[in-house]
Amino acid sequence: MIKTILDVVIAGLLMGGIYALIAMGFSLQYGVARVLNIAHGEFIMLGAFITWTMYAIFGINPLISLAIVGPIIFIVGFLLHQTLFTRLRTSSASPAAYEGSSMLAAFGLLFIIQNVAILIWGAEVKGYSYLTSSFNIGGAVFATNRLIATLLAIGIGLAFYLFLAHARLGKAIRAAAQDPTTAGLIGVNINLVLALCFGFGSLMAGLGGSLISMMYSIQPAMGFQYTIIAIIVVVLGGLGSIPGSFIGGFILGLVGSIVAYWQPALSLVAYYVIFMLLLFIRPAGIMGK
Amino acid sequence: MNSLRVTPKSYLLLGISLLILILLATVPLYTPPYTIVLLTTIFMYVVLTVSWAIFSGPTGYMSLASAAFFGVGIYTAALLGKVLPLLAFVGIGALASFVLALLVGTLTLRLKGIYFAIFTFGLAELIRHFLLFWETNITGTRGRIVVLIDNEVVFYVMLGIFVVLMLTAYFIKNSRYGLALQSIGENEEAAAHRGINVTMVKVVTFAISAFFMGATGAIMATKWTYIDPYVAFNPLFNFFPVLMAIFGGIGQLYGPVIGATIFTYLEEVLTTKLPYYYMLIFGLVLVAVILFLPNGIVGLIQRLVRRLRKGGSTEQHAST
Repeated sequence: MIKTILDVVIAGLLMGGIYALIAMGFSLQYGVARVLNIAHGEFIMLGAFITWTMYAIFGINPLISLAIVGPIIFIVGFLLHQTLFTRLRTSSASPAAYEGSSMLAAFGLLFIIQNVAILIWGAEVKGYSYLTSSFNIGGAVFATNRLIATLLAIGIGLAFYLFLAHARLGKAIRAAAQDPTTAGLIGVNINLVLALCFGFGSLMAGLGGSLISMMYSIQPAMGFQYTIIAIIVVVLGGLGSIPGSFIGGFILGLVGSIVAYWQPALSLVAYYVIFMLLLFIRPAGIMGK
Repeated sequence: MNSLRVTPKSYLLLGISLLILILLATVPLYTPPYTIVLLTTIFMYVVLTVSWAIFSGPTGYMSLASAAFFGVGIYTAALLGKVLPLLAFVGIGALASFVLALLVGTLTLRLKGIYFAIFTFGLAELIRHFLLFWETNITGTRGRIVVLIDNEVVFYVMLGIFVVLMLTAYFIKNSRYGLALQSIGENEEAAAHRGINVTMVKVVTFAISAFFMGATGAIMATKWTYIDPYVAFNPLFNFFPVLMAIFGGIGQLYGPVIGATIFTYLEEVLTTKLPYYYMLIFGLVLVAVILFLPNGIVGLIQRLVRRLRKGGSTEQHAST
């Protein structure tokens, strides 16, 4: 009994680390840049496929790939914001209109990125094995790659949180999140800061994708489920709250693990039910104000 | 806003509408079967798009629940198609969606902006995953066979739904009720202070729009012969109506009709000529439309007309 509980809890926490990382990226894009990025999962998929390509074709260690995937995805996200989203933002009549149009544009990106990926890599499932030796916590056995991926996800998440809290650019980002107009008045280059946020959000998705590819098989259509998870975690944690996303990720990981233990086919249904209940009971989320 | 009054312009409008209707109704007499199939598909998208625009156009609440209402209609046809006559199961499909929308609307229409969009998007996904679970774990089946109906019959039923929908949309737009909807979109609080029962108007309109989507799902299901939760609750159907409506232009009633017609035709051509690039092109068009045609084709035409009238001197943006 205790072993079962331990099994479920650790599996949940291991998944939660990844959820926390991708949700932080999503939160940054929606909370600061006001883009409800439905294509978030596609950046995860790109990260996963670039890592796979490095490993399968060039034999590069996935941990080293992180340093390559990060900058590539960051630049893609940054440029997308500088071109597409900045133009949409400046031409939108109101912030609410921008939220709608940027979400639709992100849907367009979803189809574009996913289908370009299918053209490059094909639609079939891919995977590689890396660090599959097992480790043992109190009788619960897991693959080493899951532990490494979770620790890295937590490390990246914490590093970014410290950056937001203390670095000068981090403060500018928080200022832009609170009040873009005033932030612009006190000398924050708002377009640049928003593009950097979008880039950082994409970067976290890409790194999350790299880590996911170490544990699971990947395919071009894999992204959307992670987008859904990111949305739920962000609503759970409170829109725009980075610590909230972090904690929310672990909560959802645990819930998913418990439901999956009881009835694996229902875990997505459970996510939706939690999400819908949450929207009614506490739309501000656990860390929201 | 006084267009319910009889003016020469409204006679002209009536005349043109009747002419188009007669042309459409006699199409099966002189065209090859393929044209009927294509026209039926166009009707399907036009009805989905116009139904979406009835509610989301004036109120500004972006509903992404179209696939849920469409899918409920499809499943109704799959469940009842063999035991009930055609019009009965189409009607039940429409009513089932209507009731679902009443429930969902009552619960969710207090959610603001983007939350409403996300929630409605979750609806179709929730139903789909639940049905998948139900079919694999409880009934042990996967998907259902739908009763087959003659193409011409399907065409006439779709034409009928289209006509009723256009009349409904016209009367909503040109009535006090339509004004109430419009004022909710402009300022919901102010509308409530003017004595409009905001919740009631929103929920009922949402349900009317779902009614037509459900009817369309029920009749169109007969063309697919086999359906499963993936086909019936395909999330793309959440987005097609939004995209087609924006593509055509939401401000005018004929905008969504034009948008859906052009788009369906393009889709038909692309899926046969470039099947591997179809979804990619769809994405590119979506982004391009949002960037360059925020007021749709109608907005573009209005801008061109205005520029011609003013001799190309100043360019004004449509403010809808």
